[in-house]
Amino acid sequence: MLGKLGWDAIPWDQPIPLVSGAIIILIVLGVLGWVVAKGWGPYLWKEWITSVDHKHIGIMYVLLGLLMLVRGFIDAIMMRSQQALAFHGGGYLAPEHYDQVFSAHGTIMVLFAAMPLVIGLMNFVVPLQLGVRDVAFPTLNSVSFWLTATGALLVNISLLVGEFARTGWLPYPPLSELRYSPGVGVDYYLWAVQISGVGTLLTGINFVTTILKIRAPGMTYLRMPMFCWTALASCLLIIAAFPVLTATLAMLTLDRYLGFHFFTNEAGGNAMMFMNLIWAWGHPEVYILVLPAFGIYSEVISTFSGKPLFGYRSMVAATLFICIVSFCTWLHHFFTMGAGGDVNAAFGISTSIIAVGTGVKMYNWLFTMYGGRIRFTTPMLWSLGFMTTFITGGLTGVLLAVPPADFLLHNSMFLVAHFHHVIVGGVVFALLAGIAYWWPKAFGFRLHEGWGQATFWFGLVGFYVTFMPMYVVGILGMTRRLQHYDVPEWRPWILISGLGIVILIGGVICQVMQLAVSFLRRHELRDETGDPWDGRTLEWATSSPPPVFNFAVLPQVKDAEHYWEMKRRAREAARLGKEPDYQPLEMPRNSPTGFVCAFFATIVGFALIWHIWWFMIVGLIGAYATFVVFAWRDVPEYIIPAAEVARIDRANREARQEALSGEALA
Amino acid sequence: MSAVDSTIPTSDPYRLGWQAPNLSRGHGGGGPATKRVIVGYGFWLFLLSDIVIFSCLFATYAVLADATAGGPRARDIFELNRVALETACLLTSSFFCGLATIAVARRNQVLTQVTLTITGLLGLAFLLLEASEFSALAAHGNGPTRSAFLTGFFTLVGCHGLHVTAGLLWLGTMMAQFYAKGFRPDIGRRFLCFSMFWHFLDIIWVAIFSLVYLVGTRL
Repeated sequence: MLGKLGWDAIPWDQPIPLVSGAIIILIVLGVLGWVVAKGWGPYLWKEWITSVDHKHIGIMYVLLGLLMLVRGFIDAIMMRSQQALAFHGGGYLAPEHYDQVFSAHGTIMVLFAAMPLVIGLMNFVVPLQLGVRDVAFPTLNSVSFWLTATGALLVNISLLVGEFARTGWLPYPPLSELRYSPGVGVDYYLWAVQISGVGTLLTGINFVTTILKIRAPGMTYLRMPMFCWTALASCLLIIAAFPVLTATLAMLTLDRYLGFHFFTNEAGGNAMMFMNLIWAWGHPEVYILVLPAFGIYSEVISTFSGKPLFGYRSMVAATLFICIVSFCTWLHHFFTMGAGGDVNAAFGISTSIIAVGTGVKMYNWLFTMYGGRIRFTTPMLWSLGFMTTFITGGLTGVLLAVPPADFLLHNSMFLVAHFHHVIVGGVVFALLAGIAYWWPKAFGFRLHEGWGQATFWFGLVGFYVTFMPMYVVGILGMTRRLQHYDVPEWRPWILISGLGIVILIGGVICQVMQLAVSFLRRHELRDETGDPWDGRTLEWATSSPPPVFNFAVLPQVKDAEHYWEMKRRAREAARLGKEPDYQPLEMPRNSPTGFVCAFFATIVGFALIWHIWWFMIVGLIGAYATFVVFAWRDVPEYIIPAAEVARIDRANREARQEALSGEALA
Repeated sequence: MSAVDSTIPTSDPYRLGWQAPNLSRGHGGGGPATKRVIVGYGFWLFLLSDIVIFSCLFATYAVLADATAGGPRARDIFELNRVALETACLLTSSFFCGLATIAVARRNQVLTQVTLTITGLLGLAFLLLEASEFSALAAHGNGPTRSAFLTGFFTLVGCHGLHVTAGLLWLGTMMAQFYAKGFRPDIGRRFLCFSMFWHFLDIIWVAIFSLVYLVGTRL
């Protein structure tokens, strides 16, 4: 009746998951209780859970990403403290538990923290920058989000019910095959990643369609803001790479569930095929994350230097170059496989070549700053921190791209240092910059500058203290994923790295403080006009937060920096352009389809993990019924009357006119 | 030059962000596309992603084709007669799907229902033939767990079969919608996606027929 599920699935003898699981349940119940007590349930249901508004979905993505970032960070604290303690001894985490911690850390950070944050920012920003009202498929967008949330939920359920994979963040066979991993850990991994992967693929399709087919009139390809270009490249990569992940994990699933022989040691299976397939997704995945990050830096650096982006066309070319070449480097993740000198040399060269695209971007950012009036705000500090950090991180990558060097450094702490160097310094810095940059647009008030800068300095210093020692221990011969060790030469460096994570905890505290302080002082930090940074792209042309329809009238784009031009003319004349002719607008109606669909996906996933077959069938029927009900609806849109559009837009125009007159007087 | 000069912002004294004005047409400046274009384009992208899944399965099949582990090889087990019949069913089914497209364009309910029914029945016949092939193989101990070659074969062909099954489910829903709701524009767009999906399954099948069955029996 319950498949493999029983009371023994809960780790009664392990206090750490038990206590942390209990705390999480208490927090969730507390939040739910608060929502019920305050009577916010209907509001949350109508405005957020069933929302198909890209702005609300984007904010929910970012919230999910931040929560998972904290979860993954707690895993990181456990790993650093375990290694600090486990010199000549066992530390406090048993090997089988430590293995789950590093597997969960990697999986969560890449797929459930970084991806939702990147996709969340794309969701919020791209339609605004394109000057349009929503994405191509609003309800599908909601489905994407809730499927991602389902994956995150399944990973976190594994903390308390059963176990998580002990195989690392990529479940290499034969270790991940049923014979060597008989528990449900790998199954949790497979179904969580599979379900959220479908959500990500749908996002990719949605955004490529949006960017290529739905732009404001006059917004030619070469007038799109750089963030839209990088989002497009990233989503193209999603469409080409995520199906590979789906297929690969499906094959491993068939091996485990039905006794197939894709990657087994017996009957002709080929484990190395898994490495090739998974990295054919895994390497583009790196660029799926970092390309939008480059887009964020481009926007931030241009805005806070008060100048147009230098070398816009070369930036577009470099982005698309990286997009394509990212599919030609996957083998560098396993030079030691034994593919032979020729193959290794080819992939070593392609890996070095891909750095050229990033180099082009670096120079463009430098020249954008050159001669500009730079404002050192929090987003700009993160961008400057990124530029210095990413160059050295990239250089260690070029070292690893040399196959003979890689034979020495493969799977060492040097590698761990390298990929944290580029992912933290490249992606995480960008996400924090992007959140600070677009926060006023999303919520109508700026974030507190002092706490933001404190976060930056703690984050930057903590990052260097944590990860630079790992390069040294890597060269000293320490391999990754060690639960304990007894080499005295490694010890001081591991302790320094442990100190680094303490500094990073300070950074996390500052970040939480920044959010709390900014919320409490939101009235003095209010963004009245909708353009708090003197921005250059169209998202700043509407109010903060934007109305549900984004723009009262679709902008007629005439220049590369259309909004900047509009603003310049308004400043010269000291008044806004003519009031537009307001028309009634058609907007998509909210729909619970995404939430209901994810509810059934959770049932299907959980039932498959625990082999509860009848429950799985219930979930599948429910999912199909949801689709039919959605397909059967008759009124997919509602109308906002012209008077309402005019009322909302006039309020913003008044605020802007006031600011303009103030400027003219000054 | 003077027209260009006036567009240079004063905050860019070295003109580092200067861009020549783009005067050419046909670069996507026409504003948002129509719903039909958007829906069709999005579904094309989905089909492309599905093709990537199939190409992974084709690649693994190619890698594992010789890994028979002492079991049967391709030419020992494939029956081309049945496969020819399956191909005929699927291709004819697509032909009727094309007829249905015409019927929908003419808003002819009877013709739409009849052609879609034939489309579905031929799809069902294909599935039954495939199921009989699979069960015959399994009955002789040549199921997917026998060898890596058979694993790759069953997964590739079975994945196509699963797509056809999902297509039949979608087809039934489509027919019910035409019957209950008539020829509404949104249902028309949905049918555009369905017909692309159904023809796409043909393309995959042609690849399977050629690369798996024809090449397999000749080598």
